[in-house]
Amino acid sequence: MAAKMKGAQILVECLKREGVEVAFGIPGGANLPTFDALYNSPIKVILTAHEQGAAHMADGYARATGKVGVCLATSGPGATNLVTGIATAFMDSIPVVAITGQVRTSVIGNDAFQEADTIGITRPITKHSYLVKDVRDMARVVREAFYIASTGRPGPVLIDLPVDSTVAETEFIYPEQINIRGYRIQASPLIDRAAIHRAAEAIAQSKQPIIYAGAGVIHGTAFAELLELAHKTHIPVTTSLLGLGGFPETDSLSLGMLGMHGFEYTNYAVAQCDLLIGIGARFDDRVTGKPDEFARRAKKIHVDVDPSSINKTVVVDYPIIGDVKQVLQELNRIVQAPDTRAWLATIQKMRQEYPLLYREKEKLLPQFIIQEISELTKGNAVVATGVGQHQMWTAQFYQFNRPRSMITSGGLGTMGFGLPAAIGAQFGRPDAVVWDIDGDGSFQMTTQELATASKHKLPIKVAIMNNQHHGMVRQWQDLFYQGRHAQSEINPVDFVRLAEAYGCVGIRVEKKDDVRPAIERAMAITDRPTVMDFVVEETEDCWPMIAPGKPHDQMLGTYETLKQAGGVPQHRRSDPDEEAKLSLG
Amino acid sequence: MSERHTISCLVENHFGVLARVSGLISARAFNIDSLTVSTTEDPTISRMTIVVDADAIKLEQVKNQLNRLIDVIEVQELKEGQFIDRELLLARVSVDGRSRAEMESIVRNFGGRLAEADEDSVVIEAAGDTHTLDRLVEQLRSYGITKLVRTGRVALEKQ
Ligand SMILES: Cc1ncc(C[n+]2csc(CCOP(=O)(O)OP(=O)(O)O)c2C)c(N)n1
Repeated sequence: MAAKMKGAQILVECLKREGVEVAFGIPGGANLPTFDALYNSPIKVILTAHEQGAAHMADGYARATGKVGVCLATSGPGATNLVTGIATAFMDSIPVVAITGQVRTSVIGNDAFQEADTIGITRPITKHSYLVKDVRDMARVVREAFYIASTGRPGPVLIDLPVDSTVAETEFIYPEQINIRGYRIQASPLIDRAAIHRAAEAIAQSKQPIIYAGAGVIHGTAFAELLELAHKTHIPVTTSLLGLGGFPETDSLSLGMLGMHGFEYTNYAVAQCDLLIGIGARFDDRVTGKPDEFARRAKKIHVDVDPSSINKTVVVDYPIIGDVKQVLQELNRIVQAPDTRAWLATIQKMRQEYPLLYREKEKLLPQFIIQEISELTKGNAVVATGVGQHQMWTAQFYQFNRPRSMITSGGLGTMGFGLPAAIGAQFGRPDAVVWDIDGDGSFQMTTQELATASKHKLPIKVAIMNNQHHGMVRQWQDLFYQGRHAQSEINPVDFVRLAEAYGCVGIRVEKKDDVRPAIERAMAITDRPTVMDFVVEETEDCWPMIAPGKPHDQMLGTYETLKQAGGVPQHRRSDPDEEAKLSLG
Repeated sequence: MSERHTISCLVENHFGVLARVSGLISARAFNIDSLTVSTTEDPTISRMTIVVDADAIKLEQVKNQLNRLIDVIEVQELKEGQFIDRELLLARVSVDGRSRAEMESIVRNFGGRLAEADEDSVVIEAAGDTHTLDRLVEQLRSYGITKLVRTGRVALEKQ
């Protein structure tokens, strides 16, 4: 008979077998046995400043590595503090396992000290959840949780552990087999060949096709297959915000990002296309605008692992349910290239006519700074962001070439995500250069995690686009609320001194000429975090933009309108204007 | 076009599953007519019969969303004419000496019975498909229904 072990030890044993190297969290009454069992284990436990930080770190770790991120919190307030982070991971389909403490089984439901109905609170924002009332279920539950989090359409799974289930003892029997009869991905690993053939037929007959790729390409590690499809068929590729990095933006067939703040020519191309090939993307409303108007001339193909994504917002003609990688492999095997020469020439013309533009102003502009960061890191950094204008400018002006390099909260749009996500990413990829391009509003929602970064001497670089505003809110107020700035101004903060207080290097930059040297200086610092306070223009707007409910060919802040307003136009540097771009070669 | 559809699900028979299913349905703003849960021949599995008011696209979404739940083992839409469905109805109806006999004959016509009777009211018990029970309720209305309860639909596929 195997020796008996405590529930918490069984948990740790199972985490080890899942290959967990690091977990983020904060201890408290209800999860002390878990922290105690981790104390002498090979798993590195990172104390965070706030549980929201722990959840975002687990999320950032998962996005940067493709592995499951783990976070830990105590019952009650610890668990409720995780909620924003879990919801963020859920909306973007990120594999995270959250392990929470819970009050003793015998007092559950009695409003005991630090009791919250964690399973109930998180039910709509988890892929699945477990309450372990019996220590004999521990090993099976942990095994299943990791499996569910990381397979199919990934997502967060929560394990709620009443204290008694972590201190009770039982034999440790590792479940070699997983058998979850209601979990459908096991039942249907087969791909639908007939549907793929019909889609291939539609591709061969199209004249103006576009591939619209989303995060599914990254989760499903299908970048090579996507590249092959694009090159084989000469079909240009646009990505969603979360799809950035899934297709190299240096590639001549890349159209960058589409949607609300997507490129002007890209949105025009989408409005004109006759076939839209959605791959691992969910037709989010920030992409489609008004669903009936979205790519209205086009037949639509939609490849997705999750059947519930299909026909959810936009009705498609060729649904293909299946693992994106497998589907693309089969498609690549049979697909015939349409003649897209005329179409590529049209797009190329639009690209030259409607480049991404901003006008020089007296003060520093975030677009310029982000472009400089992109160039100096050669597009090879892992870049996390907050939410707002800076996030959209990062999507526009940083040239993403590699999968798992853009770490941003797309679905939930969680301000405060950037710093902890960057920390998680750096733990997962110690050798990567990790940036957090942040707003002064977003950054101040989780600033305290500088303590975590500093303690572990992480060389992350935080670049704050300090416009002393909730910039994106201010922009909408200017556009739609007659410039009434209701609570969108932010009190100035001395981020350099703040950085120093946490043991980080602080650098303030106010002039254009200082930008490059400052970035270079930050990049040379490898033994602690650097916080760069870029004091930028307060009223710069993020263009172009599709106003809510408007179609893709009626954008605001277009090239024409900006040009008429005067000033020195600056193009996105990475857009080569030579003819070679978008050629068939 | 919006129509009534009957969905039959097999789910894990453990704690919290009903909350997951009903939570999902309300969070997605699907219109639900009735939902019943009961045990099956297998004690580890329960059957939920859900009647929703939805158009074809919405219905597809309900089924897909239900399928996403790990605790849902199987989701099946029961198509018109291909299943047997029943509900149980209990109604307290006011009666006087004259109407009591009429009442009894109506109830007998519907294959029901009086579950309880006293001086000025009776409790009627009847089982049948939704449509039949709707008709029964119509006929009872003029007598004065003081309380009404129906179980909601349970259904089984025909062979
Ligand atoms: C947690 C949270 N609260 C509120 C919002 C609404 N919101 C969206 S953008 C934004 C302003 C962001 O300001 P900042 O981080 O400074 O970025 P900027 O737009 O100035 O670049 C706000 C308040 C949000 N997305 N997340």
